[in-house]
Amino acid sequence: MKLLIKNGHLLDPISKIDRQMDILIENGCIQELGEKLEIEDAIQIDASGKIVCPGFIDLHVHLREPGFEYKEDIASGTRAAAAGGFTTVCCMPNTDPVIDNAAVANFVRERALLSGVIHVLPIGCITRQQEGELLSPMAELVAAGCVGVSDDGKPVMNARIMRNALDYAKMFPLPVMVHCEDENLSWEGQMHEGYYSTLYGLRGIPTLAEETMIARDLMLAEYTGAHLHICHVSTAGSVQLIRAAKQKGVAVTCEVTPHHLTLTDEIVGDYDPDTKVNPPLRSQKHLDALLEGLQDGTIDCIATDHAPHHWEDKDCEYNMAAFGISGLETAVAVLMDRLVRSGKLELAELVRFFTSAPARILGLAPPVLAAGAAADLTIIDPDIEKKVDPKNFYSKGKNNPYKGMHLKGWPWMTIVDGEIIAHDGKIQV
Amino acid sequence: MRLERKDLLGLRDISREEIQLILDTALPMKDIILRDIKKAPTLRGKALATVFYENSTRTRTSFEIAGKYLSADTVNLQVTSSSVQKGESLRDTIKTIEMMGFDVIAMRHSMSGTPQYVARNTNMRVINAGDGANEHPTQALLDMFTILEHKKTLDDLKVAIVGDILHSRVARSNIYGLSKYGCEVRVVGPSTLIPPEIERLGVKTYYNLDQAFKGVDVINVLRIQRERQQSALFPSLDEYADLYMVSSDRLQSAKDDVLVLHPGPMNRGIEVSSELADSSSMLVNEQVTNGVAVRMAILFLMMGGSRGEVAN
Repeated sequence: MKLLIKNGHLLDPISKIDRQMDILIENGCIQELGEKLEIEDAIQIDASGKIVCPGFIDLHVHLREPGFEYKEDIASGTRAAAAGGFTTVCCMPNTDPVIDNAAVANFVRERALLSGVIHVLPIGCITRQQEGELLSPMAELVAAGCVGVSDDGKPVMNARIMRNALDYAKMFPLPVMVHCEDENLSWEGQMHEGYYSTLYGLRGIPTLAEETMIARDLMLAEYTGAHLHICHVSTAGSVQLIRAAKQKGVAVTCEVTPHHLTLTDEIVGDYDPDTKVNPPLRSQKHLDALLEGLQDGTIDCIATDHAPHHWEDKDCEYNMAAFGISGLETAVAVLMDRLVRSGKLELAELVRFFTSAPARILGLAPPVLAAGAAADLTIIDPDIEKKVDPKNFYSKGKNNPYKGMHLKGWPWMTIVDGEIIAHDGKIQV
Repeated sequence: MRLERKDLLGLRDISREEIQLILDTALPMKDIILRDIKKAPTLRGKALATVFYENSTRTRTSFEIAGKYLSADTVNLQVTSSSVQKGESLRDTIKTIEMMGFDVIAMRHSMSGTPQYVARNTNMRVINAGDGANEHPTQALLDMFTILEHKKTLDDLKVAIVGDILHSRVARSNIYGLSKYGCEVRVVGPSTLIPPEIERLGVKTYYNLDQAFKGVDVINVLRIQRERQQSALFPSLDEYADLYMVSSDRLQSAKDDVLVLHPGPMNRGIEVSSELADSSSMLVNEQVTNGVAVRMAILFLMMGGSRGEVAN
């Protein structure tokens, strides 16, 4: 089957393409890029007015399978990802059982091939059972296809264990993807500590809980020379610490989520548990610093931290609610609407944050628009406006604080290995 | 005039006019309490449930008797001991209460925002009887009613709130309510128990009792919870008492006719000295009676009564 995508505006920061061209796809690969291509036996897709990019990668997603299929499974989670414009996701290992051995990693990859609709790369645990005490078998995890290690959801509180994990991971080399939170400082916290936690009477999570841990891990990374990747950076102080470490040459990368870039702690006001997330939504000052970090290269990429939950885990008292936002299906639209349209972020930069940047962190070849490359494509319609309605999500997790908002600029088509997986928010397979 | 709202969840989002309506209505309600025959037929056929997820004898009893004086049928649900232990979700518990036909519930919960969550999910009227560290509107209203009775006005008074501001719903509701009357509200307590950026609520922060009391008309003493010491928020009750126990000696810098309020129950010798507790400045007992009057006013106004109907 041949697919000819005509009249789209190609945007690829790696091959430095930024103009209207046609793309011919055959046998899962890009065959040809060119002007006014005419292929008689190809299915033609008119992409006029659309932005054609290399396939987007989300390196921080919770697919919940195995163990929490009532929240999400690989079938629903990868459909949500495809509808949201992603062709590859990395799934975090806090499943049940956790991904701390080859059997579970292989299970996830096989389930992805059987029931998934996009590429799935598993992340293994840093420590066995994510208990923070014994190292997980990283060589075994690498052999089973894991592209990084993380105890995401929990910090490794013991500095000696973290030091050893970094030392050990560097020989593969594997990025050690850390959830930085001092649990003594965040104790029983429900939201960002500040004016609004005072106003709403909820226990605060101070920025310190994240920053002291980042400071520790940066020192450990500098000492060991390992690749530290800091998940979901949320504070101005964190950005400052990482900026200084990068200037010193520490091998650190980091990600930021769309929600930390665009929502403040003020919206917790209705005690809607869909606003409850860890790290918590911060104040405007932190949002500004995160954006600055993206602009000056301190922050390397954007990732959703897609954390779907069953409605019962969110339809309850605020303190009882689970932390997390189901973000795959709104990430691109949120960034297009709030950052690109307002001129705070170049569209080409947004593409880079979702393509070559995460690929580089994971040690993968960057997705490109070039003849011979795999035909993983994300096509964005910058002009379409839609209202966010979680009822229509493919994700089982309807926990999304953007519900009811009108956003402009949405993923229009997702192509994986030359096959159209999603079109206009609808799964095609 | 009526109270045109389904629920009473807090004083932050309520107008001065609504507060004034409640305070004005509480006055004739207090007369009913002081009568020989304490019964008005106004809420006959209405049903009130008190739903307390946290222990409280005085607030629960106050709501119950307020309903009874107005002839409503009142039931106390022992939720702490029944449904929670059986693992029932809050949503299911509330639905069950609603299906029994209750018109209004007075709800106490240890978690901030829970009455707001319940109010969104039920047709019953919800009165917040205290949620976590967020709000305790009926307490603040009875405090304001008590102040009003003595001072004849609430406008532009200087009020100091003493103690654990961080965890106090009484403090927050008082700040919101009194600020609407132009009061200068001061909070004073150990620095670990003052929440961040509280000045943005328009209050002044003090760590020193004597400075905080300078020229104040009213002092509202909060109850100190012993478990805060376990969380290492202050070293000991003795040290707390040395620094923050309110006693007659420490009222020197306040106005001569300063009023002292306490939401009760008092820890004598910790946040308030025993001699002050028994002095004429301490209004804790009047507050209890006024609490019933204010709650009668709220129930009455919420269930369709208007100001003019009270007298009969």
